[in-house]
Formats: sequence, structure tokens, C-alpha cells
Amino acid sequence: MQQTNFITGLDVEQIRADFPILNREVKPGVKLVYLDSAATSQKPLAVIETLDLYNRKYNANIHRGVHTLAEEATAMYEDARKKIAEFIKARSAREVVYTRNATESINLVTQTWGRANLNAGDVIILTEMEHHSNLVPWQMLAAEKNLRLEFIPVTEDGLLDLETYRKLLTLGPRMVAFSGMSNVLGTITPVKEITALAHQAGALTLVDGAQLVPHLPVNVQDLDIDFLAFSGHKMCGPTGIGILWGREALLEAMPPFLGGGDMIKKVYLRNFSSNTLPHKFEAGTPSIAEGIGLGAAVDYLTGIGMQAVETYEQNIIRYALDRLSEVPGLKVIGPEAGKRGGVSSFTMQGIHPHDVAQILDSAGIAVRAGHHCAMPLHDKFGLPATTRASFYLYNTHSEVDALVEGLYRVQKMFG
Amino acid sequence: MDDLYREVIVERYKNPYYKGELNPHDISFEDENPLCGDHIRIDLTVDEQGKITGARFSGHGCAISQASADLLLESVIGKTVDEVKTMNKQNVLDLLGIELGPVRLKCALLPLKVLKAGVYGLGEASDSLVDDSEEE
Repeated sequence: MQQTNFITGLDVEQIRADFPILNREVKPGVKLVYLDSAATSQKPLAVIETLDLYNRKYNANIHRGVHTLAEEATAMYEDARKKIAEFIKARSAREVVYTRNATESINLVTQTWGRANLNAGDVIILTEMEHHSNLVPWQMLAAEKNLRLEFIPVTEDGLLDLETYRKLLTLGPRMVAFSGMSNVLGTITPVKEITALAHQAGALTLVDGAQLVPHLPVNVQDLDIDFLAFSGHKMCGPTGIGILWGREALLEAMPPFLGGGDMIKKVYLRNFSSNTLPHKFEAGTPSIAEGIGLGAAVDYLTGIGMQAVETYEQNIIRYALDRLSEVPGLKVIGPEAGKRGGVSSFTMQGIHPHDVAQILDSAGIAVRAGHHCAMPLHDKFGLPATTRASFYLYNTHSEVDALVEGLYRVQKMFG
Repeated sequence: MDDLYREVIVERYKNPYYKGELNPHDISFEDENPLCGDHIRIDLTVDEQGKITGARFSGHGCAISQASADLLLESVIGKTVDEVKTMNKQNVLDLLGIELGPVRLKCALLPLKVLKAGVYGLGEASDSLVDDSEEE
């Protein structure tokens, strides 16, 4: 358990010591200031060492072998699943399906639940702030099935327009799929309220939790949602591992996703029967080390406490928004502090985001420039691209200062 | 790194000489870099001998792509269409006078890609128009 600083939520210096990469220099004498955690987070030693230990000592294929290594590897992999289930307060580890990432989790739902349950003319509600990962899979399904896609509009200040949402619900949608936290605006959406309204209208909900789960406590039972998708690598875990959580009864009724080994109970020459949950959706040898590594990441975050992580990030984004507002010609998009997570996307008058990002990089500051896989959202705001600085539990107030200083330097160069 | 933003690049970005559209024009082509959303359209007027008599670019993009477009158009006025067809990556880098990593290289080469697709009368701009390394 980390010592908690009640003003900021956690002891950031102690946390930084857990992340070896934060000590590296981008070039001689220029230390890394990593402000791109919304793209991928850094990994603590606990995760790095778990991956290393697994490969050194336990590596074996899982679920079938009877030898010692296979049994140990299987136990570690399934133990990680239990930790992940507990982390999001799933009723059972059977509801936790390993995937490659949040994108694959959403595709799993569109390709299995969607294909089996939707018919021409059925309505799916999405939002205008979706990442392409929660947009394109539905577009693909809509093209195949002739579905109708409707969108909850985003208001000028980056919130979801719930008035219009209520009207859209009268269309009798089958599914409302939306982001729990926008990767561009930072907006934390009212998941519980949207879900309650969806259920009243007879629709299921799928929450894209790629940005939500890493940054604040998530309790799927309390939120009462039906599906949750998230990625390991944005929450201190490895790449190549993600999660689909779904209500057991829904998962049970869904046809399998990919076919192959491990997802079957019995196979004959001309047919097969599916395995039980969650293995029904897990064909082929999975990312074993990465699944175990995600378990270690969950242990790490649980040790710190997700409430502390949230409090700390609220503190740092408030400070960042204050400091960014000082910079002349800089405009942050999205809602005010208190309604957003640790993400700030902005434009600078007359300066292209790529140039901003490049000049910041020369000071060791890693930010992202572009449309952040949300082209329709950028269209909505009339912006071809933005620069995004995103924060996580290891970022400091002095890194915010370094960012602002770097932005003044950008302005001087283009001034 | 700041060498990337040589004075000429920032200057041409802020005050380009060849920004705008030509109407009427003999050749016009546009394309974008899907990675960053940079979008460039180039209009040309060409005389009967195939010599380029006027050139303008429009659209939006970063300092590198905009300066590259401006310097490129300056360099092709008076050249023939056939001469433009032989231009390559190195011509652009010489105009900019900088070294570029793979990501920013795409920004720098977008104008040449658009220009060459235009003079060849192609329906689509391909990377192979500007990247000779792929043919090695």
C-alpha cells in the first residue's frame, strides 16, 4: 500500500520510482516528460518483472498440458482473470473474456451478438465522440445487416446531448454503445444514467472503457451495463491483451467468435460444440504472458487504489487546464475540470499540431498530434487535428509546467 | 531538432508566396495524408510547349508540408511537365535543406506526390511517385 497524500491523492515520487522508463533521457541531457498515456501507459517494474519471470520460469501452453509448467502457467493465467474480474466487480470470472485489446472486444460483440440478434432496420445508438474502434465495427455490421445508426450529439462544451438521446430512444434501439471517457475531450460520460435510460427503452449498453477503466474505479454491477471493453496497455499492463466483460446470460447466448482450438468442447469432422464461458470466445493460443502481466498491473493499481488515482488525476488536470489557459492563442476543447479525466486536447492559433508536437519533442515532452482516431469528432469541431497531452498517476505538476514552458517556446518560434 | 524549423520553413509557412487557387487551370489535383489529415490541392497552368506557367497550392497542413509546397511550386515554374515527372524525394529535401524522419518525410513529400499525380493525370496519388527507396 502506498502512502497517501490527501491533498493530491497519492505519493507521486514514490510511484515514479516504480516506472523505470521515466528516468530515461530522450537525448543526452533531455529527460522524458511522458504525456501520452491516453495512447499507451508506461509499465511499472511489477509488470515488467512478471513478464520476465513468466518467460524465464513458467512458459508453457495453457489449458491442455498436464506437465508442471503447463499447470502453473494455466493457474497464473486464470488467476489473473480472477483479479481482473474483481477489479471491475464482475459477478464471476466467467464473464471476463481475454481479447487482444478494446477494439477486438467491441468487434467480438458486433460479430457475435450483433450478427445473431440484429435485423434490417434495427437501430443502434452511438455518439459523435466515439473512437474509431467503437464506430467502424458498427458501420461494418450496419452495412452487412442494413442497420440504422444514430448518434448522440456532442455539445459545444464537449458533453453528450442527453435531450437528443432521450428522443433517439423513442426509435426503439437495440443497443447503445458509447465511450465511458472520451480519448480526445476527456469527457467522463454519465454511464449509469445513459444505461438506465437505454434499459427503460429495451436496449442493451456497451461501454468502451479503454480510457475509463485505467483512470477511475469501475463497478460493472453498480453501473448496470451489459458489455465493457478495455485494453491492458492503457492501464499499466502489456500490449496485446484486452478484456471483454459481458453479462453471463448474454455471453452464454452468443455464438462463438473465432473458431479453433480451446474454444471447443467436442469437434467432429463436420461440426463442433462450443466450450463453456469464457473459453468459448478464446480461440487459439492466447497472449499468456500478457494476460498474467495484466493481472500484475491490476494488482499494482489496486495497491494504490483507483479512488486515489482518480483524485490525483482530477487534481493534475485541473492544474493543467489552469496553466494552459494562460497561453495566448491556445484553446482547449472539451468540458471544464470536474467533468473530464486527465486528457487535454488543444489547438494553437496558426500553428499546426504536428509542429507543436515536434517542437515539444525537442524538449523531451511526448504528446500526440493528429485526430486521435476520432475523425468525426474533429470534423464536428471543425478541426483537422489537435495536440493532446494526457496524464496518468505518474505525471507531476512540474511536468505540466514543462509542457507550458514548451508551448511558449513553440509560440516564440512561430510568433 | 530545431534545425527542422529553419527560418525559411517557418517564413514560408507563415507567408507563403504560392498559396491560393488558379481558375482556370490546366491541371488540378488534391490528396491528403490520412495519418495527420493534411490536405493539399495544387493547380497548374501549362503552355503549349508543356511548360508550367503558373502554380498555386491550397489546403491545410503543418509547417513542413506547407513550406514544402511553397518551395516546390516556386521551383517548378518554368519547368516542363516532363521535367516534373523526373523529380524525386531528394529534390524536395534539397529545397527544404533538412533531414527528416519517416513520419515527417510524409508531410514533406505530400506536395510532390500531389504534383506528380497531377502531371501524370492519375486518378490516385501513390507513394511510389515520390519514394524511390521502395523500388530498390
